[in-house]
This record gives sequence, C-alpha cells and structure tokens, in this order.
Amino acid sequence: MTRGVPLERTDLSNLSNLSERFGLRGDSEGTLGGAPRAASRAAPFLAILAGRSMQALIVALVVGVASFAMMHALPGDAAYRIAAGRYGYDLMDAAAAEAVRIELGLDQPLWAQLWNWLGALASFDLGRSLVYGSPVIEEVATQLRYSLLLAGGAVVASLLIALPVGIAAGMRPGGVVDQTGLAISIFLRAVPAFALGIVLVLVFAVQLRLLPVAGFDGPRHLILPSLTLGLGLAAVSSRVVRDAVAEAMSAEWRLFARTKGLSARLTVLRHVLRNAALPVVAYVGVQGAYLIEGVVIVETVFAWPGIGHALVHAIFARDVAMVQGTALALGLIYVLLNLGIDLACRVIDPRAT
Amino acid sequence: MPFRPTAPIFAALFIFLLHMPLAAQARTNVTVASPWEVASADPAVSGFVTQKLQIMENLVDADVKGTLRPGLATDWSVSEDGLSWTFALREGVSFHDGTAFDAANATQALKRAYEQPGVLAQAPITGIEAVDGAVVVELERPFAALPALMAHATTVIPSPGALDADGVPAELIGTGPFRVTAFNPPQAIEMVRFDDYWGEVPAIETANYLAAGRAETRALLAESGDADLVFTLDPAGFARLGDVTNVETVAVPIPRVVTLKVNAAHPFLNDPRAREALSLAIDRAGIAAAITRFPESAATQLFPPALGTWHDETLAPLETDVETARARLAELGWSEGEDGILTRNGERFALELRTFPDRPELPLMAAALQDQWRAIGVELKVTVANYSIIPEGHQDGTLEVALYARNYALTPDPIGTVLQDFGASGGDWGAMGWENATVTDALESIAASADEAVRAEAIDTVSATLQAELPVIPIVWYQHTVAIADGLRGVVIDPLQRSYGLSALTWAE
Repeated sequence: MTRGVPLERTDLSNLSNLSERFGLRGDSEGTLGGAPRAASRAAPFLAILAGRSMQALIVALVVGVASFAMMHALPGDAAYRIAAGRYGYDLMDAAAAEAVRIELGLDQPLWAQLWNWLGALASFDLGRSLVYGSPVIEEVATQLRYSLLLAGGAVVASLLIALPVGIAAGMRPGGVVDQTGLAISIFLRAVPAFALGIVLVLVFAVQLRLLPVAGFDGPRHLILPSLTLGLGLAAVSSRVVRDAVAEAMSAEWRLFARTKGLSARLTVLRHVLRNAALPVVAYVGVQGAYLIEGVVIVETVFAWPGIGHALVHAIFARDVAMVQGTALALGLIYVLLNLGIDLACRVIDPRAT
Repeated sequence: MPFRPTAPIFAALFIFLLHMPLAAQARTNVTVASPWEVASADPAVSGFVTQKLQIMENLVDADVKGTLRPGLATDWSVSEDGLSWTFALREGVSFHDGTAFDAANATQALKRAYEQPGVLAQAPITGIEAVDGAVVVELERPFAALPALMAHATTVIPSPGALDADGVPAELIGTGPFRVTAFNPPQAIEMVRFDDYWGEVPAIETANYLAAGRAETRALLAESGDADLVFTLDPAGFARLGDVTNVETVAVPIPRVVTLKVNAAHPFLNDPRAREALSLAIDRAGIAAAITRFPESAATQLFPPALGTWHDETLAPLETDVETARARLAELGWSEGEDGILTRNGERFALELRTFPDRPELPLMAAALQDQWRAIGVELKVTVANYSIIPEGHQDGTLEVALYARNYALTPDPIGTVLQDFGASGGDWGAMGWENATVTDALESIAASADEAVRAEAIDTVSATLQAELPVIPIVWYQHTVAIADGLRGVVIDPLQRSYGLSALTWAE
C-alpha cells in the first residue's frame, strides 16, 4: 500500500503541534473501538469544566488589561482617532477632538480609566462604545451572532466537502481521488479568500442569478460567504481527514479486525472512522478559532456585519471599550471551543488523560 | 472581462433562468448600496445617511443646484440688524412615531446639533429659542448663510420620542417620506414609505439600504441586480459596468476637491514661489486620466464648476511646467545635490506628506506626487494613516504637506466651510501658517451680506488670491459615480449629496 507523500506528513505533524497548543492530547497511536466505559467518564469531565472555568477568568483579566495596554501604546492622540471614527472627515476637526476628550474623560490618568473598566466588568458591564455611544455588550452580541453563523456555515460547508473527499482519498492513498484532491486542495489553499469570494459571486450571483451578492437578509445570503470560507478550510481539512483515514487503514489493529472476521465495511464504520475522527475533531476546533476572527476580508467582501470586521474598525477608530469587549468575547469563545473539543475527544477516546 | 461558465449544466441553468416569466407588474421596492456605514442614530454621527435616505428632514431643503427651498420651515426671515433669524414652521407635520412636530422639538434638536461637532459652529450663534410656534436663532453678528446651515445633515430633526435617557437619539425616527422598519447597524436599514407624510407620498413602497465597504462588492451588487442604485464606484468597476446592458452608469461632477494642504510656515514653503514650484511640478492631467479616469476633472483652480458662482471662469488655470518650477526653486537658493535632491545651506528639500486610505485614490495620488516632485528635486516621504493625523498635525505644527479631499458643499452655501478653511489663522482642513487680510475681510463680507453683487465681487477676490498664493494646492475635482438599474425612472443625482431622491423614483412597467 502506498504511503502518503511528504506534504501530507507535514500536515499531520503541524496538526499535532496545534492540538497540543490547544491543550488537546489525542492519542492516535493505539487502537480503540466499541463502547466507552461510562463509570470513568464523570470525574474527568468535572475536572475539565473546573479547569476551563479558571482559564476563562484568567483569560478575561489578561485580555482586558492587555488590549487596554496595547490600545494606549499606539502612537497618536486617542481623542483625534475617536472623533475621526465618529464624525467622518468632512466634519472632524480639532474642536471635535477636544469635545470628545472632555466627554469621555480621556484626560483622566490611565490607571483610573483601567480601574473603571475592571470595576464595571465585575458587574458584567462592558461599558459603551467610545465612537457610537451604544452599549458594547449589545454591539458584540449582534456581531458575534453573525460571526458564529458564518463560522458555523463555513465549518458545515468544509465538512460536507472534506469528509467525502478525504475519506475517499484516504481509503486508497495515491489513487486518482487522492491525487486530484491534492491538486485541487493546493490550488484552493493558494487562492486568497478575497479572490475566491469574488469568483463565486461572479458565477452564482452575477451570471446564474441564483444567490445574492452581499448582505444578510436570509439563509440564502449565508451560502456564498460560507462556501468561500468552507472551500479554503476544506483544502486543508480534506488532507487531514485523508491522512487520518490512511493511517487508520494501514494500522495493525485494522488487520486484526479484519482477521477476527469483521467485514471491510464494518471495520471502517466501527474502528477506522472512530480512530480517524480524533485528529479531525481537533483540527476542526483549530479551524473554528481561526474562522471567528480570521474572516475580516470575507466579511468585508460580503458586507457581513461580523466581529472581525467590527474589531478592525474599532482598532482603527481607537474605540478602546469596543476592542476590550470584543477581545474578551473572542477570548472566552476560545475557552469554550477548547472545552467543546476536550469533551468531544474524551467521548471518542475515553482513554485520553 | 465577464466570467463565462462553459459547463453544460451552467448553460442549462442559464436557459432555464432566461425563460422564467418576467414580472408583469412594476416593482415597488428599491435597494440602495453605498460605502457609508451607519452605526448610530445620532444625526451628529450618521445624519448624512438618514438625510440622504429621506428618513429625517431639515428646516430648510435645497434643490440639486443648491437653491434653498422650504423644508420643515415654510419661510424664514432676518431682522433689520441681521442678528435674529425667524423660521416659521410647517403645520400638521408628524414624526413616524405619531409625535407632532413643533417648535419645541425643533429647538431641542437644533440646540443639541449646536453643542455637537457640526456646521452650526460656523455661525456666531448666541441662542436658539421657540417663540410663538417659530424657531428663532440669535446671532452675535450678521451671518447670511444661516439658512444654508439649516439644510445640513447634522441639523436634521429627529423625533423627541427617539431620545434616550441622556437626550441622545437612539432610534431612527424622523418626519421624512420613509419610515424605518429595521435598523441593523452598521450595514443595513429597511424602510417603508410613510403614509402620513406631509408632502407627496412616494410611489416606491419599500426601500433598503446596504453599506458595502468594498468597491468590488458594490459593482457586483449593481451588475447582479441585487442593488438598483449603487453609489461611489471605483474606476475599474465604473468602466466594467459601462459594458453591462441592464445597468446605466452616470458620473456627476461634485464640489469635492482633492487638495494638498501646505504648511506655509515651514521654512521651505513660506515663500509663495516655493508653493508655486510644487504646483507647477504636478501633472494634474496625468493624475486625472490615470487615477480618477476622468481627464476633465484635473483642477484648474480650487473651486470646481459644480460650485456655481464660486468657480471663476476668467482665472488663469493652474499649469504644469517643470522648467519654471526648477527656476523658481533656484531663485530661492536651492541647488541640486549629488543624489538629485535639492539642498540649501546643507538642508535637503525633503518633506513628509500625510494622507489616508479611506478614499482609495489618495495613496495612489500621493505616490504620483512623490514621483513628480522628485523630478524637480523634492524628496517626499508618504505617510498613510488615520485621517485625524492631519488636524492633529495642524494643531501641533508638525504637519508639512497633507493630501485629502475637501467637500466645499457641506451646506448649499459654501461660505461656512471656506471661512473655516481660509479665515483668520486658517483651519484644520485648510490653510496652515498662512494669513491674508484681504481674504479674511472678503470672507467676512460674504458671510455677513445677502447682496449678490457684494458677494460676487468678494468671491472673485478670494478665488484670485487663493490661486496666486496657493495656501492649498488643488489637484483634481471629484466626480460622483452612480450605477442605475435599467427601468428605474426619476433618478436625480444630487451633486450636493443631500438626497438619494428615493421619493421621486418609479419603475417602468
């Protein structure tokens, strides 16, 4: 049986690094199969929950303080940047900047501003946007909803593509599906999301008139941006699936399963897919994190009101409260994502410690 | 070049779509796309969108030529001494939430507009009061352009019912012909026509607004038919849409000018001859042809023809003449150093230009200027950042040269803006380190006088002096680009950009 080409091996080693960074310790060496034992499950789950709650608290503090410090380390006068973000270049001038400085108390010492923010945070108050005056919590909640919708759509799209392609390729490494899949995957990986998005819009919205170009009026608006992101993700995740399946297919325990009399189909369903799932689930987690904040350009192309787009605007307009609130929300999502992946991996492989 | 799918399945889909029955009835909705995000209901922040969409209205309205006409005020007059303006208000007007419009809520909105950054600060206002059902504005000295300020986006009147506990408008409720049904900041607004509107009720029943930040996206929205009116296209998108059959493209000159702000107090730039040399080195026709792609938009003077009486046909146009430019700098004691850059008393003629990326053509023009000034031995370092570095640099004196686009028709009468930019001690977006008593006096008399002859003479003095002294160096005038869906009737492109004219639109059957 043909082994993977060098590129694919690199993918897997990257993956294990990433999963370690995200606190994942999947054991893909041994075999596993059959039902997990229920008795050993509850205790580690509680431990995971407690650990992650602590992590959430630390993340909240570190992210809040660090984003505050970074925003204030930027050169230039914050009052000018905020006034610029508010009033636009036709109306913004030095008088507007001075009015903003007084209104927002930017002349207060920095430690007092940070102390106020932390005090408010303790009562779950993220403050108001310095630029728009609206409560940060409302802004973040709206943007996060759209971003999670888009991220979810992208993960679904990528799995719909990556799973069939990856499994088919992994079943016969070096075969036609594998080779073609690799070529397409390299191509999609190389094309910037921006260009891919425009091409998809040209085909499906402008030429075929099947889907809307941009905006977010209904589920139809979700398809093209999800597909744009999903194709880019599937380019890598299909290779991860392929490697995991290929490795499982060539493992000694698979031979054992076949020898003990299981049919090829049952071997794949009961043992191969379960073993292959571990690295794939871990990788989907990594992608999820990337998606939530790494989609700025796709959000902009499709006029999608997500959090990445908003964060960039907030940084540019020096909207410290918005940056802190957004970074906090993203930090906590990372913690939640890690928790989800931990739990999912635990279900798949109860032996993991 | 348009993308042509060749696979048979696409062709089949194409044929299927071509044979879909066309709507027999005229459409009743319209979708507008523009680059401007709306993240607030506060007129000080996003009045420029709520005014264009005809959600909120001003006391004073203006037509596309900038001629003032009644809005929520039916009539206005000034006292003999020119210090007290009275705006008589329209009766029977109600806000979208049912609240009646009256002098009390108009006064409340205008007082707030005066306290916020906006155009009202241009006028020497001492008080805004409701008197006998009218709005009375008291001035410190005569200011003839006050009604024009009342037509600006920051002086629209929101409903008192839209105010939050701090008195800040938190909802988009006005008196206009369109009522907001959904507001999804910062990208979208959905509207229906307001059946109790005081004026003519629009033919269009519903309207949608979508802010799409990328020019590519806006061009695609126009091409696909997802948006019917698309504003501000990039040169590539504009050219491409010109070849699309179901879309019409229009370019309208507007009173916005790309100018170079020059620190006239800078030791290299304090002589008018130095500024003239920099101006002579600029190939405006080349920049207009290659970057904005409207060759006729190369500026010959600061005020564009779209500004009406402020444009002076008789003024000798700004020219490109590299030889004369070199000669002027030589007169000032500059000589060429080893690397081709001019030096004087051991100092290199090196300047920093500040600009910003919000208007994507500005950094390109900065690069062109860098190249063109190098030809006369001036080294230019370009800094692209947040646009507030320009007023900031004006205030702390560190600014040398800045490139930006200035709108001289913020209000139908540009005097407020011109006074801010070129009045005594200059302005954040105008002259720096430059003062001219003749111009200051002329501007004061334009501001105070309603006499057309007096104004015309003073305006000519201002134009001529600015052309000779070049406290700012004009580069190109703007064109406002619009894509209009086939079948949309009644489209009027407002050069003042006060209105998208949605209430006058109809669809061909």
